[in-house]
This record gives sequence, structure tokens and C-alpha cells, in this order.
Amino acid sequence: MDIRIGAEKNSVSALFGKSGAGKTTLLRMIAGLDKPDRGNITVDGETWFDSTRNIHLSPQERGVGFVFQDYALFSNMTVLENLKYAAGKNNGPWVKRLVEAVGLGDVQSRKPVALSGGEKQRTAVARALARKPTLLLMDEPLSALDGEARSELQDELLSIFREFSLTTIMVTHELSEVFKMASKVFILEFGRIARDGKPVEVFSEQNLAGQFRFVGELAAIEKQDIVFIVSVIVGNTIVKVMATADEVESLGVGDKVILISKAFNPLIMKPARGLPIYP
Amino acid sequence: MEAISFEPIWLTAKLAFVTTAILFAAGLPLAYWLAFSRWRHKFVVEALVAMPLVLPPSVLGFYLLLAFSPQYFLGGFLERHFDLRLVFSFPGLVIGSAIFSLPFMVHPLKSGLASLPPSLAEASYTLGKSSAGTFFRVLLPNIKQSLVAGIVLTFAHTVGEFGVVLMIGGNIPGKTRVASIAIYDEVEALRYGNANAYAMILFAITFAVLLVVYRLNRPMVKVS
Repeated sequence: MDIRIGAEKNSVSALFGKSGAGKTTLLRMIAGLDKPDRGNITVDGETWFDSTRNIHLSPQERGVGFVFQDYALFSNMTVLENLKYAAGKNNGPWVKRLVEAVGLGDVQSRKPVALSGGEKQRTAVARALARKPTLLLMDEPLSALDGEARSELQDELLSIFREFSLTTIMVTHELSEVFKMASKVFILEFGRIARDGKPVEVFSEQNLAGQFRFVGELAAIEKQDIVFIVSVIVGNTIVKVMATADEVESLGVGDKVILISKAFNPLIMKPARGLPIYP
Repeated sequence: MEAISFEPIWLTAKLAFVTTAILFAAGLPLAYWLAFSRWRHKFVVEALVAMPLVLPPSVLGFYLLLAFSPQYFLGGFLERHFDLRLVFSFPGLVIGSAIFSLPFMVHPLKSGLASLPPSLAEASYTLGKSSAGTFFRVLLPNIKQSLVAGIVLTFAHTVGEFGVVLMIGGNIPGKTRVASIAIYDEVEALRYGNANAYAMILFAITFAVLLVVYRLNRPMVKVS
């Protein structure tokens, strides 16, 4: 791996890339769980690792909060006990505040086995914050959630980041997550930083002429008079598109297809309160 | 039928409890090391620990007899400096049982520890906790079933100890005449009634222990 990254205080940086690119390894090295061969890691003026001076602080000595991909909750303890364990001596009003901030008041006496995916996620985040860390590291924190649950949690996390003035580095392979949550993104490819910058700048090259471009799976083809209505599954929704006989000739159910359309004049609006985002 | 003495039962229980307690205290650090160490020659220690599983009890008993005997180095040293004679004594039995039941404690503990996801301990470290603190407050509580397995297996194996005890015990009533030896003794003397009495009591006690243990170990997951 040959990497150089820097994150600004009180911001969220995303590490983006395909599986195996090295994102988790990088995060673990920052936390002190793995040791780089060469290099240095400096956080808020403090040197956490320096191969030239033989400095390598243990994870305990670094002020990190780490949210693991599998949450790593302690199943022998309740939510509250997990947080109290993490907070150490500071386990009074501060823990209460944490529980409220992540909305776990109702389930604080439950053990991890009795929690939903979202609740486990929030417990893991709260626990990582309990020591008031300098740096919050999150490894694919929302990968176990889908659709609305994911979106809601993203909003909650953003407000938590603001409330606690955190500096966060977050690993994700979801593009939408990068845009929604990060102010800076680093794209990792084969152990190197391929690109970095603001999400809008880094990813915009893929949409040169204002096109919508979606990859989906063909679900059904129906004939209506002289045209065909093709249903395509894109992400979590089904899109129905009109197609001619020629276009349909080479297509079959189950095929991977690309839908391309000019995007210059779509409708943009906020979803109305109470209405689901998906139709 | 002569009235049987309860001494052998009491001795067996004492031996089993003491051996299990010692092995629990000594086995935990060893199991931890075996589960997490990455020393290249760890396999040597693993083989040594597993020896009692395949070694004939009489072999171990024989070497312990030599070691403890005052005629040879170790036994002589112990007698001269500590006035301690390990051959034909209860402490000697404890040592022999501990060596012989070692893998029955270490293996379940080691498996349990090794099967925990590494992220568990790592999470604790990122929360500023030491290895020792993590071990007692996070790792151990999450391998309860392995702990129970180790304790039960060790206890049961010690109750059944015969070969080693026969070699180094000397069948001294009140000191080294444990139940398994007593049964053998009574059979040799053709007092089958007594032998049966001892055997049934041992059977009942060990079965009761297992019943309690398995009852306690029932999974308790409530989903509401």
C-alpha cells in the first residue's frame, strides 16, 4: 500500500473503493490495530505512528472511536452496560446523554441478541463515542441496513457528528452515502489513492452531458399495441420504459441493461412529509 | 456385607474439586497463550499438553513415581528441604491428576477463546481497555459454555482417575484410597456388594453433576 491522506477537523471524509482495495486495512492502521511497514500517522499534532522514530502507539493510547463492520458488540452486556464499559469513570450523565442522542432509550436494557440491525448500529456508534475520541473511524457502518433504515440512520449520524464536533473517516462502497455524508472522498484502488477531492468533483466526470445512466436488471417485457413496455429493476425500484420492437429484439428477462436518458429537465422536489420516498 | 466407609467417596470428591480448581487457574493463562500466540514453535507446547490424551496412564504414573521417590533427585530435594513426600500422599495425587487432566481443561478453553471474533477484543482495545481487563470482562464472559465444558470434563476425568492413582497413590485408606481404587480393591477381595455400593454412588453423583450442568447451560434467549 502506498497512501497519503489527510482529513480536516470536524469533517467527514469517505474512503471509497471496491472490496479488497485496502480501505479497511487503512482504517485499522489508523486505529493501531494493524501496523504499516513504513510511514507516519499524525493526528491533531500528536504522532501516533512513525517508522523512522520507532513510534507505534497502541490502540488504547490513541484517541480513536472505531465502529466495526460487524459492530463487535459485547453480547454479555446490555446496551447500557456496553456504553458504561466504554465510558469508564465517566459513566453517569454522559452515558445518559449518549443513549438519548442515538435514540436507544427504549432498548438500553436489552442485550445485543435482542436488538435490530439499526439498534445494533446505533449502539456501536454510541459506544465508539463514549470516550470522546479525537477521531471517529467507521468501517462500512451501514452496510447491514437497507433503504429507509439506512437513510434515517445517515441523517441521525450527521446530526450526531455536528452535535459532538467529530472528525470522521468513514469507509463505504455506496456512492450515495459518500455524497450524502462526506465533504471529502478518497478513492482507493489496489492499495493506492486513485483520486481525492470533493465528492461532486471527483465523480462528476461520469455524467458529462447531463445524462441519467442506470444499470438494472430486466424484469418483464409486455407488448401494448405496437410498443413494448419493459420493466427494469434499478436499485430498489422498478422503472417502466417504452421500447421499440428493434430494441426489444435482443433483450430477455434477467438481462443486465443500461438505461440512458438526457437529464436536463427532470422534476426536483423534496418528498412530502409522511409520504414514502419510494412509490 | 460389611458397612462401607464413605472415605473413598469423600477423597474422590476432594481430589476432583482441588484438581479442577488448580487446573482452572493454571489452564486459563495457558489456553489464552495457545489461542492467541503466534510463536513458530507453539506446536511443541500443543503436543505436550495433548500428551495425557494418548499416553497410557501407567506410563505417567511410573515416571511420577520415580520423580517423587526420595531415592531420586526431585523427591529427595522435596523431602530434604520441604519435608514433603509426594509419593503415596494426597498432594501427590493432586499433582498427578492435574498433569493427567490438563488437556481436558485447556482444550475447551482454548477452542472457546479462539472462536471469538477478533473484533471483540479489538473493540475493547480501541475503548482504552488493557489486555487483562478485556480478558476478564469481555472474553471470559463470552465463552461461558467453554468454561463449563472445561470444568465438567476435568472434574469427571479426575473422578475416573485410576491408573495414575494406582501407581503413585499406594491405596492408603483415608489418604489415597479414592473411590475408583476402592472399587477395584473390593472386587479383588470378592466383596462385590461393597464394590457395587461404591460404584452406584459414584454413578449417581457424577450423573447428578452433569444433569445440573447441562440444565444450567440451556440456551436462554427470549424474543419479545
